[in-house]
Amino acid sequence: MILARVVGTVVATRKDPRLEGKKLLIIKPVTPDGKDESGYIVSIDTVGSGIGERVIAVSGSSARLAEGCKDTPVDNAIIGIVDEVHLD
Amino acid sequence: MYLGRVVGSVWCTVKNPSMTGCRMLVVQPLTPELTNTGKQLICTDTMGAGKGEIVYWVRGKEASFPFLPAEPPLDTTIVGIVDSVHVKRTVEAPVEEVAVLDSPKPAAPVHRKRSRKD
Repeated sequence: MILARVVGTVVATRKDPRLEGKKLLIIKPVTPDGKDESGYIVSIDTVGSGIGERVIAVSGSSARLAEGCKDTPVDNAIIGIVDEVHLD
Repeated sequence: MYLGRVVGSVWCTVKNPSMTGCRMLVVQPLTPELTNTGKQLICTDTMGAGKGEIVYWVRGKEASFPFLPAEPPLDTTIVGIVDSVHVKRTVEAPVEEVAVLDSPKPAAPVHRKRSRKD
């Protein structure tokens, strides 16, 4: 799982029927101390997160275990909204 | 499975319902020599690891197996706390010796003398 920041939304009309009703967000990976990392990821939102929030994203086949993603063609899902990160 | 060091913790209120009660820790991946490598990531903890401890963690769908029969959406989970690591080092030969070994002398051609009986 990685920490990421929600930076945008994606709208897609033509898509796999099993993705209908799912919210697609663009997330940017961040380090635990808040710095941006390279790249962007399109992720399915399962917790109702919004732009600017720091979230936890899960990748790979585990993303299909997220709420409402069973047997859907998904490889990245947002599964939590971060309140705090404590570092030593 | 990979080695890592616990460097922090993450607190989430809103999360997948099947993850209620899961501890989440920030893990820095390590090489077998215990130097940092790669990006820090978030792992759930099934072993009660604490900050600064060296652990090993799994990646992929197997990360949700410690929670069976529940199937939380996890892709990285700490599954062990490391007591010690032993790495056997190989001694590399100096470059000159390798060069000698790589270019063996061609075998001398064998000349058989014909004997009178032939």
